[in-house]
Amino acid sequence: MTERIIIAGSGGQGVMLLGKLLAEAGMRENRFVTWLPSYGAEVRGGTSHCMVIVSDEPIGSPYIEKADTLIVMNQPSLKKFRQRLTAKGLLIINSSLVSSKSLKNAKTLKRPFTDIAIKIGNIKVANTVALGAYLARRNIANLKTIEQVIVDRGSKAHKHLIRINQQALQEGVRLG
Amino acid sequence: MTKVFSRPKSLRDVSTHYCPGCGHGIVHKLIAEVVDELGIRELAIGVAPVGCAVVAYDYWDFDCSEAAHGRALAVATGIKRVRPQNIVFTYQGDGDLAAIGTAETLHAANRGENLTVIFINNAVYGMTGGQMAPTTLLGQKTATTPGGRQARLEGWPLKISEMLREFSGVKFIERTSLYAPQEIIKTKKAIKQALQNQIDHTGFSLVEILSPCPTYLGLSPVQALDWIRDVMQKEFPLGRIK
Amino acid sequence: MTGNEAMAEGAIQAGCTFYAGYPITPQNEIPAYMARRMPEAGGIFIQAESELAAINMVFGAAAAGVRALTSSSSPGISLKQEGISYLAGAELPAVIINVMRGGPGLGNIWPAQSDYFQATRGGGHGDYRSIVLAPASVQEAYELAGEAFDLADQYRMPVIILGDGMLGQMMEPILVQSSKFKVQRNKLRTANSQLRTKPWALTGCKGRKPHVIKSFFLKEGDLEKFNLVLQKKYNSIKQKVQRYEGLFLDKAQAVVVAYGTMSRIAKSAVSHLRKGGQRIGLLRPITLWPFPLAAFQRFKRSSRNVKFLVVEMSYGQMLEDVKLALDGRFPVEFLGRSGGGIPTEEEISKALRKLSHD
Repeated sequence: MTERIIIAGSGGQGVMLLGKLLAEAGMRENRFVTWLPSYGAEVRGGTSHCMVIVSDEPIGSPYIEKADTLIVMNQPSLKKFRQRLTAKGLLIINSSLVSSKSLKNAKTLKRPFTDIAIKIGNIKVANTVALGAYLARRNIANLKTIEQVIVDRGSKAHKHLIRINQQALQEGVRLG
Repeated sequence: MTKVFSRPKSLRDVSTHYCPGCGHGIVHKLIAEVVDELGIRELAIGVAPVGCAVVAYDYWDFDCSEAAHGRALAVATGIKRVRPQNIVFTYQGDGDLAAIGTAETLHAANRGENLTVIFINNAVYGMTGGQMAPTTLLGQKTATTPGGRQARLEGWPLKISEMLREFSGVKFIERTSLYAPQEIIKTKKAIKQALQNQIDHTGFSLVEILSPCPTYLGLSPVQALDWIRDVMQKEFPLGRIK
Repeated sequence: MTGNEAMAEGAIQAGCTFYAGYPITPQNEIPAYMARRMPEAGGIFIQAESELAAINMVFGAAAAGVRALTSSSSPGISLKQEGISYLAGAELPAVIINVMRGGPGLGNIWPAQSDYFQATRGGGHGDYRSIVLAPASVQEAYELAGEAFDLADQYRMPVIILGDGMLGQMMEPILVQSSKFKVQRNKLRTANSQLRTKPWALTGCKGRKPHVIKSFFLKEGDLEKFNLVLQKKYNSIKQKVQRYEGLFLDKAQAVVVAYGTMSRIAKSAVSHLRKGGQRIGLLRPITLWPFPLAAFQRFKRSSRNVKFLVVEMSYGQMLEDVKLALDGRFPVEFLGRSGGGIPTEEEISKALRKLSHD
């Protein structure tokens, strides 16, 4: 099993964190993982993306030319990355912010991650909602592992953030 | 209808990459307005820094050159010495002018080069991710002073403008800021004077502008301006230094 | 952790107690990590005013007998060349990390392998060499960063770790505290215990004749004599320090030669084509200086014809060393992209297929 995931959104949407959660979960489940950010001089706005590979075999290049799954959190990212998905790949779209004409991909999941996040109380957990939806479709890592990663990464001062992320994850799974 | 205001000719009609609330956009515009008002667009040659404004030459519509990090005043010296009829200015951040470029800055000033320097002081290294700058305040947290700047380890905020005051070759230094419309107007006046000095062969002129970097101050754009007004200018007093 | 952080941590675990650096993308994680971690480990962190100042601070710390490190990326490494030449000339141990990016000039911030010449051919002035190590994974970056200090101390010379933006920025799981090098405690080792291993260091001449650290030999004949000492050292290193990784080299009809992250991409291409039955091997130099000639000596003129493909994120720098090593015995082709362009697995596969058809 080798899964190549590109996650793209605007700066501030937690795209990098989403990738790191996946990578760390994969690592805890004793898989080979790599995480590669797009790093740039621009700090806010524009597109930000990371590439995550989770595999049962040692990983060659961390750079993904064609992804198995593409998670798109904002409109410019769809335009920028739609060519980077394999023909049979899974396309996950944040329908709250992305309008998509019908795409040739067989598997497309359009869900309102940002709206759900706002509904449960914090727009910044849209990425976690997306994560839940993705895991419901592709069981790359156990939900329990992801939850543990969220708990371990959160600090005592931010217990409420841990809770809301757990909630976001569950909402996402429901949407998947 | 009479047109009373428009985009300066010297400012290209493009979007910039700067963060919301950044001071670069304002100062780029002021420079463009002044260049237009002085009628020097076809004489102007700008030297860009290495920093967030590394691509300033994409935003101005007159001749520009890059310079290696910190070397803008050496590059500008080269240009001005061979083409004294042009109006040559550098646009530099605190790292460019007062860290890696300190020697070039001091010596261009000491030689009394007939140049104009626009010094953007935002107390942090923006482009590379928020590291300490020479002008970072004591106690200020940055990527390389995670516990806050300590005088014992990192020294004090560097007052390069005050240092340059002593140089006979330096003819004009003013520190201004952008935290309110009146301050922006003062900044424009200072920029205009600094460029006029070059036209009049008065000598080395520098404008230090206290500018907001909301992203690495961890503040909203408005809070960043307030921080300059309430905190930064206490360390870097505004006004005419020379 | 990221490759950048892994190298920083590897250095700390090897007893590095002095770091001086300056911000430049894509290695900013190193000074940021060191700003936090060095004081924890009882060492010194300084953000210098420039890369030039930083290498000279390292010169000072090294002269005082301490394990010292600086890091930068291509344009900043160019600034350090004078300092590196001085380190070599004064026979001071130090480690320099270069997280390569596209050039020349300000270039861009994407990965490249365009500083191979600069690292292995000197870069600075004079007849000197630096040991150059090229990690290809975050784990290896962590380990080599530590070993670099051992090599630097053993041979009293600069050691360069040549990474690139991709290696620096990517994250992979690593095993810390591997058995490959000793784990130091998180305390500053007492000045005496560190310096005891460096009898030539500047520590104040109490109870001994004064030491002088210099690279200046004005008297006639002295500099030549000194250079012969350096050459003897370098020849010894060439015998003893070569390192490489060879995969599927037995019976290979074609061999890809690549280092660093380029070798990972090449490995993917090679594995893929091997599944289709092609006999392709991979040769990955780990020391770029001394270049692993031993790896190429196994390919003798009498053996079957083997074709070599060198793949770099450059326009042909390691290529020259490969050609020298093969000495005309076998054909060498080249695939390279630079300025931030990265040869893809597809491009490599295509080049290999073409190679086997020609």
